[in-house]
Parts: sequence; C-alpha cells; structure tokens
Amino acid sequence: MLFRPNPSLGVPIYLQLMEQVKHAVETGALRPGDQLPGIRPLAEELVINPNTVAKAYRELEHEGVIELRHGAGAFVTAHGGGRKAADKVRAAQPVVAAAVERLRARGLTDEEIRRMFEAELAGLTRTGGPRG
Amino acid sequence: MADAPVIEIAGLQKRYASVDAVRGLDLQVPRGSIFGFLGRNGAGKTTTIKMLLGMARPSGGSARVFGLAADAPHASVEIRRRTGFVSEDKELYDFMTVDDLVRFTAPFFPRWRRDLEERYRRTFELRGDMKVKTLSRGMRTKLALLLALCRGAELLVLDEPTAGLDPAVTEEVLQALVGHVARDETTVFFSSHQIAEVEQIADRIAIIDRGRAVLTGALDDLRDNFRRVQLVFDREAPQTTFRAAGVARVRRQGRVLTVVTSGGAEPILDEARALGPVSVDVAPVTLKDIFLETVATED
Repeated sequence: MLFRPNPSLGVPIYLQLMEQVKHAVETGALRPGDQLPGIRPLAEELVINPNTVAKAYRELEHEGVIELRHGAGAFVTAHGGGRKAADKVRAAQPVVAAAVERLRARGLTDEEIRRMFEAELAGLTRTGGPRG
Repeated sequence: MADAPVIEIAGLQKRYASVDAVRGLDLQVPRGSIFGFLGRNGAGKTTTIKMLLGMARPSGGSARVFGLAADAPHASVEIRRRTGFVSEDKELYDFMTVDDLVRFTAPFFPRWRRDLEERYRRTFELRGDMKVKTLSRGMRTKLALLLALCRGAELLVLDEPTAGLDPAVTEEVLQALVGHVARDETTVFFSSHQIAEVEQIADRIAIIDRGRAVLTGALDDLRDNFRRVQLVFDREAPQTTFRAAGVARVRRQGRVLTVVTSGGAEPILDEARALGPVSVDVAPVTLKDIFLETVATED
C-alpha cells in the first residue's frame, strides 16, 4: 500500500494523505493517467473516514494533481501536477544552496541553519503583526 | 432540510436522585458524519445516548433526532425505527442461535438489507448455527453490529462499540463502520473512551467531561488550531497571563513556559516575543493531549 496516514500525528489525516499521493507522483510510483483507489475502498483499506478521503481527493483535484472523472474514479493528471511541483522545487534548489553556502561561510553550523529555516517557516522571526 | 443536523442537543440535563449525570450538554451531529463522543467512564455518555433514544427522560434542555423531540413518546418510536443502536453491554437473546436472532429481528424492519446481512455474516464469520450464549465478546459485538447495520437505518448510535475488544477485532469493527458509511451514507454517533479509534475514524468529536461538552468541533480544525508553544528563557520563566483567545493552559517549569492553545500559535507568538524568550518552539498537539488538557482543566 502506497498510503499510510498516521491518525495520532496531530496533523489532519487528509493533509497526510495529500502529501503521500503527491510524493507517490513525484517519485513516479504513480504516473500520469494512473487510477487511484476509489474513496470507499481506500477508506475501508486504511480504516479512516470516507469524508477524509473525499476531502483529500477534492483538494488534490483543486491543486491539479489528480482529476476526478464522474463515475470513473480519480486519475493522476496527464501533465502531472506532481511534475510541475517537482520542477518548481528543482528551480528553487540553487537559491537554497546559495543561501546555505553563505551562512556556512559566516561560520554557522548546519544545525543552526536548520533551526533558522524552521523558525523562519514557523513565522517566529517576524517582528510585525500577523501574516497577510 | 439536507443541512439540518441529525442530532441536536441543547442545554441537556439529567439529574438522578443524587447525581447530575448530564449538566447542560450542547452538541450537533451533521448528516453523514462519523461523530466520536469521547469521555472517561462516568462522564455521561451512556445517559446522553439513553435520552436520545427515549430510554431516559431529560431533566432539562432538549435532545432532537431527525428534528423530532426525543422525549415525546410517538417521536421516540419514529426515532428508534430509523436508528440502529448497539448498547454498551450488547444485550442479545442468549437462548437463540445466530440464525434465530437474525430471523427474529429482520421482520421488525421493513428496510432490512438482505445483501448486507449476507456480507456481514461472511466478513464477520458468523455461522448461523452458533449459539449466542457461547459467542466470544468480539463475536457478540459483531452480531450486535450486524443487526444494527442491516436494518437500513439512517443513523447508527453505538455505545462503546469496541469496549473490551482486542486490537484486531477493533480494527474489523471500525473497518465495517467506515465501509458502511461510505456505501450507505449513514450518520454514526459513537461513544468511546479510546482516543486512538476516535481520531482514526471520526470527522467530528465532542469531548464530554462531567456531563458537559468541554470541546466540540471538526477534528481537522482541532488539529489545525491546537498548538503547544514552548518558550525558553535565560532566567526563571516569567509569571504571565496571555490575552489571546483559546489559551487552554499555561505551565511554568524553571526556565520553560509551555502554553497550550486552541486558537492557533500566531496570537500567542506576538505576546510571547514581548517576553524576550531565548527560544520559541511550536508543535502540533495530538488528540490525546487535547483530551488530557481539556478534561484536566475542569478540575
């Protein structure tokens, strides 16, 4: 089984499922045109709420990763929403590499750099009001 | 009408001679949801379920199922006709066989599902000639569940359906439930004190403690909004109160201040920065943590 969300993680199950589908697409475990399990069989197999599977599929369709064909099921899109995401990541890689290089040059350890990225992502370093 | 909740409880109370079993309970169960009613033993779960099904009279407030007042006698008959119920002790006629019991039960329900009966007899491995009184606890639960699932009910009310079952049978029971909901668009209201199974299959929950809902909502929203914020200081952590809404608990331990909030980390962080901590960490909170925090604050 490709998907295995962990209900006691504190992260919504539908988000875990979305990540796992995207990961499967990015690694090629799922290819464009491949069919995903139906909502009911997947809910039954993973023993999770069918509404949760439906929500994950809806969001994945919204993001262009899969397409829901009426009555036929869910399919990985032809252009591969996953491939687009992978390209974006690949294009951004040099930016991160350059930043890490400069930080190392300043004498920061990898652990310090990792913590700084995490703090930045969590919004802990902002001095202004709430995001947005 | 499609948006009307299947169960609507407002200010519900039940007072027995010396105990207030339910003390102003509020909750709503939307159609199509699997609703986990989570609480410790003695929190008021069974009493609430009895009032929903007209087996106990509320001392105050109201309970409505399918829009019908649960304490009105004729409405209660209608509610029970449209509801599959599995009681905590899974009471079944011990002198019957599985076949006897199914044949005895089916005629009461005009929408009895023969197809599902066949399916669950097979998946639950319930042989027709098995005597009810010799069934294990797990098999007994499966039989009670079969009888509830096959009546074509719109609503399933299950009181501690997995109590006393081993993990494998628990998984089988949960699997049957999610499969049933996906196929037949049933609403499920189940009580439990097992956090793991609630977070596995429920999409909405209420945590009941001493007769009151201390927390109710969509599980995804709770997972998104509950956060533990940990502040470390280079001195004794300051004595402080947070103005942000949703702060469930603040703990000081030496140089560490831990805040558990139901309102997301953002509002806390603004206040936290003003205190000048040397480090700030934000972590998600599991349902188990949420349960322990919300139930404990009632003390």
